[in-house]
Amino acid sequence: MNYRAIRAIYLFEMARTWRTLLQSIVSPVVSTSLYFVVFGAAIGSRITEVEGVSYGTFIVPGLVMLSVLTQSIANASFGIYFPKFVGTIYEILSAPISYLEIVIGYVGAAATKSIILGLIILATAALFVPLHIHHPWWMLTFLVLTAVTFSLFGFIIGIWADGFEKLQMIPMLVVTPLTFLGGSFYSVNMLPSGWRTITLLNPVVYLISGFRWSFYEIADVSVGLSLGMTLGFLAICMALVWWIFRTGYRLKN
Amino acid sequence: MRSYLPVPTRPTPRPGRSAASTRHIPFQTAMLAMPPIISVSNLSKTYGSGFKALNNVNLDIKRGEIFALLGPNGAGKTTLISIICGIANLSEGSVTVGGHDIVRDYRAARSLIGLVPQELHTDSFETVWATVSFSRGLFGKPKNPAHIEKILKDLSLWDKKDSKIITLSGGMKRRVMIAKALSHEPQILFLDEPTAGVDVELRKGMWEVVRTLQASGVTIILTTHYIEEAEEMADRIGVINKGEIILVEDKAGLMQKLGKKELKVHLQGRIDAIPASLATYNLELSDDGHAVIYDYDTKGDRTGITSLLNDLRNAGIRISDLDTRQSSLEDIFVSLVRQV
Ligand SMILES: Nc1ncnc2c1ncn2[C@@H]1O[C@H](COP(=O)(O)OP(=O)(O)OP(=O)(O)O)[C@@H](O)[C@H]1O
Ligand SMILES: [Mg+2]
Repeated sequence: MNYRAIRAIYLFEMARTWRTLLQSIVSPVVSTSLYFVVFGAAIGSRITEVEGVSYGTFIVPGLVMLSVLTQSIANASFGIYFPKFVGTIYEILSAPISYLEIVIGYVGAAATKSIILGLIILATAALFVPLHIHHPWWMLTFLVLTAVTFSLFGFIIGIWADGFEKLQMIPMLVVTPLTFLGGSFYSVNMLPSGWRTITLLNPVVYLISGFRWSFYEIADVSVGLSLGMTLGFLAICMALVWWIFRTGYRLKN
Repeated sequence: MRSYLPVPTRPTPRPGRSAASTRHIPFQTAMLAMPPIISVSNLSKTYGSGFKALNNVNLDIKRGEIFALLGPNGAGKTTLISIICGIANLSEGSVTVGGHDIVRDYRAARSLIGLVPQELHTDSFETVWATVSFSRGLFGKPKNPAHIEKILKDLSLWDKKDSKIITLSGGMKRRVMIAKALSHEPQILFLDEPTAGVDVELRKGMWEVVRTLQASGVTIILTTHYIEEAEEMADRIGVINKGEIILVEDKAGLMQKLGKKELKVHLQGRIDAIPASLATYNLELSDDGHAVIYDYDTKGDRTGITSLLNDLRNAGIRISDLDTRQSSLEDIFVSLVRQV
């Protein structure tokens, strides 16, 4: 293993994060606060409780997941797209490093950033509503797994994209709808049964459900299933990355 | 640890062109006798578009030499370098670097190579120091600020070390890219048109750096459109055209083999036409009529100069001066590429 190279890529990417610290932290914090104002205050005044917790409290895990998902994808896709775009990728490709090491560097940095963000949002949420985390270790496990999985997914998008539109397209057209419909703001059990079945095809449901369980021990689907689905998606992303590097897809001519 | 520019092994640094004839001292002869540091065998490259950019290329680069790859736009120079460095996949054939296959044993192969690509690709918002240090880390080398300081000073970038790259001029950016390539102490340095967009003075400085690197044992492969650069710098020259290597030759040998020389005979008076008695020499009369020009082949057994001078005197033409000119690499190059 070329640990120095991993370290170099990781620190390079983190340096980029620190440079843009303000926008990368301020905007999610602001939007989370807005969600609280809109959903928590407006809707929360009508729905007082969901499965035994107040509505404001109920939506916290979903909100965190929402940001972690979108930020992981955004960070990782941009992190690898940008060197491709400006051409500095030549150096990565010509360095004595394996693909695994490249992925660890880029995906590790993107995941780190979104985990930090997730925790900041959690802290912001704690200012609005009382929070209690039943299973902190499981909470962290789900957080890390989700951050890594979706950073990998973002990495794939960043390699696939050959223009800024494509870079935005998947997050806009696929990920955001899936997260909004994934039970961030409601319990799947609240839906009519037809919708419920359709919703269960949405992978994000499992992430949010498992994450929420680690907070309040309430879940739409069993925790085992949540974990299994998350790991399954992780495996799919890893297989895709492996294929990309094996063929040099969109990286090497 | 091997330092970047150790004391040259040769007794005195080569000052420039004038000392070129004393180049082959034992140090270098010994290095050249070793197996090639890069060996390209039957290499072909077909791009995804179906375009065949390289066609069965065979090329050995000797350890410690400066090799210049010359060729017109689109000849395949960058493609060849990209494949050796791991940026493009090869389609057929194989390449070894320091004995390591570039596909199977890519780590060992690539860690020997520093690459300065043709295009200026830089991270705009990084500082010079950070980006050069990054390159060193990427190649798995431990931190060595003294080494990086030395490189930046040699490339006249020291006063810019804390500047963001976006604030540098094009020539400075190119030097930053050279610094990045040298940061990990490579044994082989690829310079893909290193002096494009660099002013004359800095170009000289860059050549100086390249020579010092060679003196420290680094093998250098450069591509260039400036023929005088190849002429001045290279030990050997390869000419590539339309994806095929059409010639690889010692520079001196190349100049000699293909070199025509021109003898200019300055006359005391002026003449209006070449006398009929001199018709066999194919002389050319200069525009002002004060000189005749004679082309001869240095390869030939006889140059015919002695008899020409005799015949000139017999024709009653008085000579005031003589000078000879060797055709430049540029002339050779142009004629080669035209042939195919
Ligand atoms: N990614 C690519 N896809 C398809 N064709 C390509 C690609 N890159 C280069 N080529 C083609 O391959 C040929 C060789 O290109 P290359 O860049 O190797 O030339 P070069 O000798 O470096 O030229 P120059 O002196 O202009 O830098 C050209 O005809 C070019 O159009
Ligand atoms: Mg080129």
